[in-house]
Amino acid sequence: MEGDIASMGQFIGAGLAGIGSGAAAIGVGHVAGNFLAGALRNPSAAASQTATLFIGIAFAEALGIFSFLVALLLMFAV
Amino acid sequence: MGTTDVATETDAHGGEEGGLVFHPLDQFIVEPLFGDGPIHWYTITNVTLWMALAVLCIFGLLVLGTSRRATIPSRLQSVAELAYGFVHKMVEDVTGKEGLKYFPYIFTLFLFIVFANFLGLIPTSFATTSHIAVTAVLALAVFLTVSVLGFVLNGAKFLSLFWVSSAPLALRPILAIIELISYFVRPVSHSIRLGGNIMAGHAVMKVFAGFAAIAAVAPLSVVAITAIYGLEVLVSFIQAYVFTILTCVYLRDALHPHH
Repeated sequence: MEGDIASMGQFIGAGLAGIGSGAAAIGVGHVAGNFLAGALRNPSAAASQTATLFIGIAFAEALGIFSFLVALLLMFAV
Repeated sequence: MGTTDVATETDAHGGEEGGLVFHPLDQFIVEPLFGDGPIHWYTITNVTLWMALAVLCIFGLLVLGTSRRATIPSRLQSVAELAYGFVHKMVEDVTGKEGLKYFPYIFTLFLFIVFANFLGLIPTSFATTSHIAVTAVLALAVFLTVSVLGFVLNGAKFLSLFWVSSAPLALRPILAIIELISYFVRPVSHSIRLGGNIMAGHAVMKVFAGFAAIAAVAPLSVVAITAIYGLEVLVSFIQAYVFTILTCVYLRDALHPHH
């Protein structure tokens, strides 16, 4: 019985960690959207900033991957 | 997270009713190629096989691509030159001229990750970069190189990386702690970003492949796998690019530690 509750907690926790993926999606969309808004205002400066764009996306995305990792750890390692 | 733990846990989950036909994380189990004895550091496993294949492919591309050195390049030569020029420009743009000294290391990193990612996309192959053990070694190598380089080139002045001189004096100690923490989290996020992206992508493909066993949704699952495969090709390249460009950013911090 105790084990059932513990594994239920694992699954609920893993599901809750999925919220992090959604939050990371918002972050990545924010970065890309703002880049596009800026790039359309000043297209000549856009090409030099694509590296910054990818770095920004990578930082936002890494946190989503962390939440995925938390979910995996809850499912398989706890 | 040890791979052997995943293997045993997978068996436990596979025994439950109503699950998928196979477990989506089964593809990441490290197995010896010959026999099934314990895995030592010298055992030839599917991981080492696909890593060796990645190295062989890079070797083939660069040696065959540059051996002719034709004025009108062949396809292979074009690819080799394109890859070289792409990374060369990236290093020059991000770290500046003095960073070009370290271009060979960064080029090696980029080619290894990009080839390991692409070879991992071949059906039934093994995605070596999905293992955090593999990416952690790559990221730790970068972290140690950059830290040692920063101290060798700048001496104690390298510590000014943590002392934000543009901030108000009262804030600087607090910022120093935050900068210190963020410095030591670098190898963690650097490795998990690559490993997690590749692992997540491959796991998603396997989850949709598991749905193909249900006749009603089989066509949908085939379409979904095709679309996700296309996305994964893009992700494979972008993650290699991101890993390389972050290496360049860290290298720039080591060369010019002043804020």
